[in-house]
Amino acid sequence: MEIAKLTDITRVYTIGEVETHALRGVDLSIGEGEFTTLVGPSGSGKTTLLQLIGCLDKPTSGKVFINNEEATGMNRNQRADLRKGTIGFIFQFFALVPTLTAYENVELPLLLIGKKNNHKARVMELLDAVGLVDWAEHRPDQMSGGQQQRVAVARALASEPLLILADEPTANLDTENGEQVMEIMKKLNEETGTTFVFATHDPRVIKYAKRVITLEDGLIIEDKNSGK
Amino acid sequence: MNYILKMSLRNLARNKRRSALSAIAIAIGTALLLFMSATIRGEMRGALDLTINLRTGHLQIHAEDYKDENMSLKREDMIEGPLEISGQIEEIAQVKAASPRLNISGIVAFKNETIGVQILGIDPPSATNSMYIEGMVAGEYFSTDDHEGVLIGLPLAESLDINPGDTIDLIINTSEGDTDEQRFTVRGIYTTDTPAYDKSTIFMPLEKAQTISRTDNYASMIYILLHDMDDTAAVKDAIQAPGYIVEDWVELNQLIVIVEQLSNAMMFFFNLMVLGVTSTVIMNTLLMAVYERTREMGILGALGMKAKQVKALFLTEATLLAIGGVLIGLAIGVPLVLYYAQVGFFLGDMGISANSSFMFGNSIYPYPTVGDAISVSVAALLITMLSGYYPASQAAKLEPVDALHSNN
Repeated sequence: MEIAKLTDITRVYTIGEVETHALRGVDLSIGEGEFTTLVGPSGSGKTTLLQLIGCLDKPTSGKVFINNEEATGMNRNQRADLRKGTIGFIFQFFALVPTLTAYENVELPLLLIGKKNNHKARVMELLDAVGLVDWAEHRPDQMSGGQQQRVAVARALASEPLLILADEPTANLDTENGEQVMEIMKKLNEETGTTFVFATHDPRVIKYAKRVITLEDGLIIEDKNSGK
Repeated sequence: MNYILKMSLRNLARNKRRSALSAIAIAIGTALLLFMSATIRGEMRGALDLTINLRTGHLQIHAEDYKDENMSLKREDMIEGPLEISGQIEEIAQVKAASPRLNISGIVAFKNETIGVQILGIDPPSATNSMYIEGMVAGEYFSTDDHEGVLIGLPLAESLDINPGDTIDLIINTSEGDTDEQRFTVRGIYTTDTPAYDKSTIFMPLEKAQTISRTDNYASMIYILLHDMDDTAAVKDAIQAPGYIVEDWVELNQLIVIVEQLSNAMMFFFNLMVLGVTSTVIMNTLLMAVYERTREMGILGALGMKAKQVKALFLTEATLLAIGGVLIGLAIGVPLVLYYAQVGFFLGDMGISANSSFMFGNSIYPYPTVGDAISVSVAALLITMLSGYYPASQAAKLEPVDALHSNN
């Protein structure tokens, strides 16, 4: 089953009179259960592509389908609705809400999709999955970077999304924490079948990927399965 | 607890000092407005009470062409048989007291000094004089048949160094257009805490005042006090005084009514200014918060938080600040106003003539009302919440993708 499909996507940023072509006609299909990484040098269009798959941004031309639903013409609120429960995000920086505890951060997506009750077990299960049950009541500033990123993984999974997008998830982690986060995500991919797409140039991430898509100058120049 | 409310509370706690300063700004604004509204209301109410009690009464009967400030002693400007008329009026149940008053202009001379005064002939036992009787500070009150005694105000006594028992000379205008001079004994010294009035008003029994001014069986007016001023219209309708006119306190105090309206208008603009400054502080606080939390807004947007929820988050913060600030403002303002409502502000002599349409006491007593407290609180709440609308809209406008790339 196809989770995300992008056809002939371009994305042009205009600053003043200068146009920057971040993507120049990309076709891409992401299937259910994939563990895919987008690689390429800085400026190749990885993050832009990830933002378009995640409906955070709109393409200059081309079409984006998420779970067979076209997102291209949607307004901000419609895209927010589409993201809720369908797409989870993990960011390079430890993007937790600083005033909320680990438990509350993981709980937040559930509240946003309208699940007001009976989600304690789900949240604790996720914190257990990332090894942070004992840190449930801690706020982000009381946790290490690795712990925060693991909370972000748990939060991304909270609403049981079909697709999780991660932008440089290990960029700010040391080797041990980076490996730990990747192991957790790999395990969750295998156990839950959740689709993961990463943008990275960290070889530690690339080695976990089942599919590696290489971008350069806004175009996909290679798309190969690693055979894992 | 609703997650928007929980996040708002924690966001306010994130920068405690800034939130506290913002709440204090609202609190100071609220307390100041509460105090100002009570003070202006107290001043206007005090001026009206004094003017009614000292000069106009709730109702007044006088000849058509009589003007209080002229102190005319012409027969056509006066009321004939005033004691009979006031006696009939006192039989009306809502009337507390009614009595004739005779206004005469004159000069007091003591030792080598002379001062122009207003001599008020009053019916000594009438309850209309209770303010003077209660205000006696030295000597004693006089009786109806006292033909040689007068009462003088405390400031006049102090300026001329007069004590009870001293004799003074009064030069008095008469109805025949000439003057008469007689020596009187100061029986007592009174105060109404209205310096301008007390400095220039001398009381003597009506009968003696009529004799000396040659206005026997005539008075300038019938002065009427009611138990309840809300009965004014009903009593006015009930009074039968053919050939004379009956005026109520509203007609007799047009200037005060106009000044009160002007004060209310000024208070409205003062409220706008204070709340305008307060709302600027709140707007600045929340704009800073939007700026500092731009990337956080991007994260929340990425998680699926809609624009209206982001807006609700900031509006809730503004509302919490407003509620906190207003409650602190009430906690400061109410006891302060209640305290000064008891002790008053001493202003001293404001230099207003005793014949002025406006009587000012030497103190202002703020007059707090529940209505003022509610209107000030609601205005402060609404203005603060409105001032949060612009920052909230700015936050709601942020596109998640742009917000995520912010450095804040």
